[in-house]
Amino acid sequence: MKNAKSIAVGTAMLCGVFTASVASAATTLESVKEKGHLQCGVTSGLPGFSQPDDKGNWTGIDVDTCRAVAAAIFGDAKAVEFTPLTAKERFTALQSGEIDMLSRNTTWTLTRDASLGLNFAGVNYYDGQGFLVNKGIGVDDATQLDGATVCIQAGTTTELNLSDYFRAKGMEYKPIVFDTSEQTVQGFSSGRCDVLTSDRSQLAALRSKLSDPDSAKILPNTISKEPLGPVVRQGDDQWFNIVKWVLSVQINAEELGVTSANVDDMLKSDNPNIQRLLGTDGDMGAKLGLPADFGAKTIKQVGNYGEMYDRNVGPDTPLGLERGINALWTEGGVMYAPPVR
Amino acid sequence: MKKQTFDSKPAGPKPWYDPRVRAIFFQVVAIALVFWGGWVLIDNTLSNMESRGISTGFGFLDESAGFGIIMSLVPYDATMSYGRTFWVGLTNTLLVSAMGVVTATILGFIIGVARLSSNWLVAKVSLAYIEVIRNIPLLLQIFFWYFAVLSSLPSPRQSVDVGGAFFLNNRGLYVPEPVTQDGFGLVWGGVFAAIAAVIGIRIWAKRRQLATGAIFPTFKVGVGVLVLVPVMSYLLAGQPLEWDLPALKGFNFGGGISIIPELAALWIALSLYTASFIAEIVRSGILSVSKGQTEASKALGLPNGLTLRLVVIPQAMRVIIPPLTSQYLNLVKNSSLATAIGYPDLVAVFMGTTLNQTGQAVEVVAITMAVYLTISLLISLFMNIYNRAVAIKER
Repeated sequence: MKNAKSIAVGTAMLCGVFTASVASAATTLESVKEKGHLQCGVTSGLPGFSQPDDKGNWTGIDVDTCRAVAAAIFGDAKAVEFTPLTAKERFTALQSGEIDMLSRNTTWTLTRDASLGLNFAGVNYYDGQGFLVNKGIGVDDATQLDGATVCIQAGTTTELNLSDYFRAKGMEYKPIVFDTSEQTVQGFSSGRCDVLTSDRSQLAALRSKLSDPDSAKILPNTISKEPLGPVVRQGDDQWFNIVKWVLSVQINAEELGVTSANVDDMLKSDNPNIQRLLGTDGDMGAKLGLPADFGAKTIKQVGNYGEMYDRNVGPDTPLGLERGINALWTEGGVMYAPPVR
Repeated sequence: MKKQTFDSKPAGPKPWYDPRVRAIFFQVVAIALVFWGGWVLIDNTLSNMESRGISTGFGFLDESAGFGIIMSLVPYDATMSYGRTFWVGLTNTLLVSAMGVVTATILGFIIGVARLSSNWLVAKVSLAYIEVIRNIPLLLQIFFWYFAVLSSLPSPRQSVDVGGAFFLNNRGLYVPEPVTQDGFGLVWGGVFAAIAAVIGIRIWAKRRQLATGAIFPTFKVGVGVLVLVPVMSYLLAGQPLEWDLPALKGFNFGGGISIIPELAALWIALSLYTASFIAEIVRSGILSVSKGQTEASKALGLPNGLTLRLVVIPQAMRVIIPPLTSQYLNLVKNSSLATAIGYPDLVAVFMGTTLNQTGQAVEVVAITMAVYLTISLLISLFMNIYNRAVAIKER
């Protein structure tokens, strides 16, 4: 009897293995619609990007990127479930189909794009790597960091950039690699490291987590390019297009002056660009497999790119990050989206 | 009656009724099924990964790694390959495991014996130690030693300074590094000569004791030889040794040998935790030796120490070794918790950073699992050989 049972369990498990590969044959959009929600991979807690509040509501610019996709598909920005992931876990979670999209301040690099079976669907934040130091150690510039002990989070491009930078400058360093950003901050605040290195936006977020944020400062040096954006699995172009164009719609909306506050009035606009954006003209939604008014729903519920930025990381938030290069191309930044037509 | 019935051998059962044939048949079928199942899983994984555009194969091991590692027993820098990071991680794992096994064994034996002490205080302190330590999760203990104890040490500029040669701060313990000069070979020669001499003395003393009953103070003489011969050869060779003293350079200490707090925290936590289990194993082993053995030994006039060393422990070892092996295996596997505090062991370096930079999860995880399996099987093998040596010889 016991044997029969274990054989049954074994067979069930084997079937599970095989059916899993069959189930993924359906398109991501179909499976998301069937589930009734979008499963989105985010950080385990990074202010401004993705962080749960005391009631379990997630906020942040990466979270809003997911919510915008959910609003486009379901007309409901709340139809998202979040999976907190460490930097080490994120790609495997996406590859294995545990999540539908990854929006976890992930840097777009050639290796990741080409060898992981993933596609980067755009950039929602242009970042660069910097250094956070304790004011007490009297360092004003990264070139004075020879011999420093550096806290880093495991599994990031940061580890490679750091090594490249110190090698190029002919300096030595000692890396202490932690699993989560919480541990990295703890290592820094306990004095184990002289320097914490990460993307500059993260440094601002992590600095705001310190018990005394004024005791630390961010050095002026930016040592790398870190275009951060949402990621999807390779091999499902429809889904790739949806994620890419929802973000593009948000950026175009800002350019065209469409906000969550005025979107209802804009539906009556005569501007053909706005009509196509909001679905009152053309069949842009159908081409992506989405409702015709997906643009209007997204802007109404999540807002355009500028709103998303200001709400989460902008100058009036604890992070206080200026738009800088993340401003629209028309305003001196590099945020530029292809036209909706 | 037909004649042929007498000539032919009694007809055996038909092959499919023959239990031996059936046993072989079903074993072949079972093995075939296992191999087929394994092949299907591997093939399925590979073809799925290929259809999703995920790179496969072990070619990544030759690519340059490009990231730094804080501690390495083999020469390493960021220009070396991912394959090299594997060896760095492996040696770091083996280092902390070996250190842990040695200290956990020593500590475990002391506490296990102390637990049986007739001194009430010693016995109860050991009991409290065992019950407290083995009932707190290991990860918490590692965090405690790392974040609570070692992180609260002073910063490098306020280091605890012992004689300008030893420094203790929150970056680690710094000790002078001996640098051998020309002529140090003579000292090594002295060391080996001393070891050979001690072994010789021991064999001679044992023979003499068996022949005449006279006891030779092997231990005291042995220690004397082990200290005196190398020291004499050191002086004779003109003191060919210099010390590289650690000194504060910029942010950190340079020179000397440093023991980073990640290693220290992991080592302390693993040793204390495993020692509490080993102590109980030692206690059970000693209690398994019947009281009559001790009484008989006392009746022969052996003092307490010799009774323990010559009568009780050798018999207790038979009971101790098998569960002790399990504890060693646990310790090695538990060392992978290193990743929680940033000690660069195999899991943190190879299954962490290397996996992430290359994205080749299946290959990296398979290699890592194979390594832990190999280490564990080797430990089992050696412990089993030792076990066979001390097991009861049926005569």
